[in-house]
Amino acid sequence: MTAPTAPNDGLISPDLPVLTRKDFVTDQEVRWCPGCGDYSILAQMQKMLPELRIPREKLVFISGIGCSSRFPYYVNTYGFHSIHGRAPTIATGLKTARPDLTVFVITGDGDGLSIGGNHLLHAMRRNIDLNIILFNNRIYGLTKGQYSPTSEFGKITKSSPYGTTERPLNPIRIALAAGATFVARSVDRDTKHLEEMLYRAAQHKGVSFVEVYQNCNIFNDGAFAAFAEKEVRAERMVYLEHGKPLRFGKNNEHGIRLNGFTPEVVENAESDEGLLVHDAHADNITLANILVGMDYPDFPVPIGVFRDIDAPTFDQLVQQQVDEAMAKGRGSLEAALRAGETWVVE
Amino acid sequence: MTTETQLKPEHHVEELERVTIRFAGDSGDGMQLTGTQFTRTAAVFGNDLATLPDFPAEIRAPAGSLPGVSGFQISFASTEIYTPGDRPDVLVAMNPAALKTNLGDLKPGGLLIVDKDEFEPTNLKKAAYETNPLEDGSLAGYQVVPISITRQNELALEGMPLSAKDKFRCRNFYALGLVLWLYGRTLDTTIKWATEQFKRRPDILEANLRALRAGYNFGETTELFRVQYRVPPAKVPPGTYRHISGNEATALGFVAASVLSGLPLFYGSYPITPASDILHELSKLKNFGVKTFQAEDEIAAIGAAIGAAYGGHLGLTGTSGPGLALKSEALNLAVMTELPIVVIDVQRAGPSTGMPTKTEQADLLQAMFGRNGDSYVAIVAPCTPSDCFLMAIEAFRIALKHMVPVVFLSDGYLGNGSEPWRIPDLSELPRIEWKYAEPQNGKFNPYLRDPETLARPWAVPGQKGLEHRIGGLEKSGETGDISYDPRNHHEMTLARKAKVDRIVNDIPPLEVTGPEEGDLLVLGWGGTYGSITSACDNARKRGLSVASAHLRYLNPFPANLGDVLKRYRKVLIPELNTGQLALLIRGRYLVDAISFNKISGQPFKIAEIEGKIDEVLGLRDEYVLEFTRSAGVSGG
Repeated sequence: MTAPTAPNDGLISPDLPVLTRKDFVTDQEVRWCPGCGDYSILAQMQKMLPELRIPREKLVFISGIGCSSRFPYYVNTYGFHSIHGRAPTIATGLKTARPDLTVFVITGDGDGLSIGGNHLLHAMRRNIDLNIILFNNRIYGLTKGQYSPTSEFGKITKSSPYGTTERPLNPIRIALAAGATFVARSVDRDTKHLEEMLYRAAQHKGVSFVEVYQNCNIFNDGAFAAFAEKEVRAERMVYLEHGKPLRFGKNNEHGIRLNGFTPEVVENAESDEGLLVHDAHADNITLANILVGMDYPDFPVPIGVFRDIDAPTFDQLVQQQVDEAMAKGRGSLEAALRAGETWVVE
Repeated sequence: MTTETQLKPEHHVEELERVTIRFAGDSGDGMQLTGTQFTRTAAVFGNDLATLPDFPAEIRAPAGSLPGVSGFQISFASTEIYTPGDRPDVLVAMNPAALKTNLGDLKPGGLLIVDKDEFEPTNLKKAAYETNPLEDGSLAGYQVVPISITRQNELALEGMPLSAKDKFRCRNFYALGLVLWLYGRTLDTTIKWATEQFKRRPDILEANLRALRAGYNFGETTELFRVQYRVPPAKVPPGTYRHISGNEATALGFVAASVLSGLPLFYGSYPITPASDILHELSKLKNFGVKTFQAEDEIAAIGAAIGAAYGGHLGLTGTSGPGLALKSEALNLAVMTELPIVVIDVQRAGPSTGMPTKTEQADLLQAMFGRNGDSYVAIVAPCTPSDCFLMAIEAFRIALKHMVPVVFLSDGYLGNGSEPWRIPDLSELPRIEWKYAEPQNGKFNPYLRDPETLARPWAVPGQKGLEHRIGGLEKSGETGDISYDPRNHHEMTLARKAKVDRIVNDIPPLEVTGPEEGDLLVLGWGGTYGSITSACDNARKRGLSVASAHLRYLNPFPANLGDVLKRYRKVLIPELNTGQLALLIRGRYLVDAISFNKISGQPFKIAEIEGKIDEVLGLRDEYVLEFTRSAGVSGG
């Protein structure tokens, strides 16, 4: 008897289906609060999925616990609503065992950065081919309004009536530090941009990390309104595009330049000369780190792809080792049992 | 010129049925290797044998110190044996600390071989000896053979271009050669091993072989030993044998489960004593399609195993007690999502960090109950090192057929212990049945149960038309959707329990050794099999009406257990915990079982169980455990 082959060969439908948004809607009633930013993320995801041209049965959504983690129930693919913070672990096992699948991890700022911080960090450093979408509403919603690891310093919440005494962390900075190969940010209100970011994340080979600024209209309403509302967006957000100078403003009239390692706003920059040109493909994360430090009101908030580089993926490397070992000769159980010294008793 | 042979003193040869030797030295002295090499030779010779390694907790405790002592005990015999022996007949002590920590276990009158060169003031002080025990008469109760091992080893290696340190490190082979001679063994097995092991270091090979031969020749030429011993081969069933440790057998068993089922094996694990060897073994076996994942923590290890099982592969994770505690929430997710994962727990002395290198069987209740809610898993427990192989296959056989998580309770004694193993023919191995969900029309219900086993269908991503959502929230048994319906939760909880209970139809009955009914049944589980079986054998030889039975299936229990318990006037349950199986037996069967507990980090001695048997049968006063100052103190 020899080593097994993956039994799922042949289960995969060979024909590439043409699917529509409706194919990704389940029969479940969506239970988020009316007005929640999650609706927009769900809608953009359902719009984007058909564009991937991947059979529905090869898509898997895995979530942890929290409002965002209800997501898999509403997407008509394979779905796994797991336990608090652990979605990256289940996704890692699934993708490692089954590199043929496209796996999304849906998490939030509490799920992904507090209870599950360690798993998120390691999934990113391994560069396993997962699409991690982190809904950042800077609050605990499902447990009804406690501060989260991304809540602003001094924030007054149910568990911090005198204001928090904790400094928040920045999800993008964590992703960069962990070595994530695709790092992006979007916002629930900017549906077109969000859809594009989700698409690019799914297309990226290797770990993709997308932070989505998501409004919790019950416990933290307007957390991003100051820069993400349609009327102010152009002035207060800067869209990162690889190879292009950083420009923002209603007429793209302003720019960003570097003074040493410090970014500066250049108002009414007539020429692109001297403006900071975005390089998402740089292996070095210094530039991305500078960008992530820009925040409203001192700067426009950077939105878009901070980093997008190619690197071997964990799941491929594991598969490769197995394939190479098996190519040299599939394991024989008889031989393995008889390995080492044996003796015969007549 | 006269040859050595002509100068050889006459050695009287004495035949023995069984011998137990303990090699003890500093953790840098290579005692585990010495013991393992002696074991291989005895195994190849055809003795039945059992071993007990005893590691210090520290990787590199200060040389010569008491916490740095490492020991390896082997018992080998011409008859069937079940344990590594209660007390050694022979102690090889490479330094004063090894003598101090192990002497208490040596049989009165036992043979004590010491490296006298190491009994100098610095080492004596490190071992807290005020006077030299070789000179102060304190060893009068033993046959002491002081040998100048260090010096003679140096002489044997004289002129070799090696550092003094490298030369010193060959002393263990000198001692090994001597002991091999003492028991009339050849050097062949060790030479073969060393030649392979040191093929890239011919100088080290040469040095080790010189030391080995020097030790052997010393035995042959010296008059220190009047007697050379013979332990003839054991009469064991015919077949091809190998020597195997519990952790090796565990790894091979899970690979066999993969081959037998045709499903690739995924192993997620975080390094932990004493389970890490399973990760080491499996990570080598990529040619079987095995994927191993060294996770960032215990939770990630089981999470990944759940993910692999969800993907239709064999999801396996392994750990020890503290890791099982960390995995409990995720294990419950596997209970709720009814995915077929297996969790290995190589138990060690707890609670908390406890004594990582010492054995215990105190995680039974954790495996049984250590989760929130009414949560049932199947539990199996191998009873000998080689039984780990079969029970590993059993674990996945049960998990896949019944769609249930299974906990595999090994322990440090089984995992690190070793024995000869008759290699099974593949046709003797159990069949593993599994199936993925059938394609169907309409909405797929992931909780539509098999009427016989109550297993839910295993629908894996990639199967068209079976897209569904599972998770930790309670689901409707009828639709698979989230449900807070009172009746549904009641029924789903009972169904999950009944599913585990019905495994009883799929496991063998409990076998009894000894009289079918009588005065006493000694009931055990896990690694205590050897001591219990031997103690009961001895009791029967003394004319007592004592039977033994050993549980390898802990949840559910075999169907005939209740009936077996009723056939004896008394039931004794020896356990290396405070009475965990006894609690389950008393609660389940209302039997007034007597608990016998030892929680010292060491396995039961046969004599201890015999002592307790005699007490229970009214043949003696209360039996009280005695604890010797053994190598066990090295835990630090």
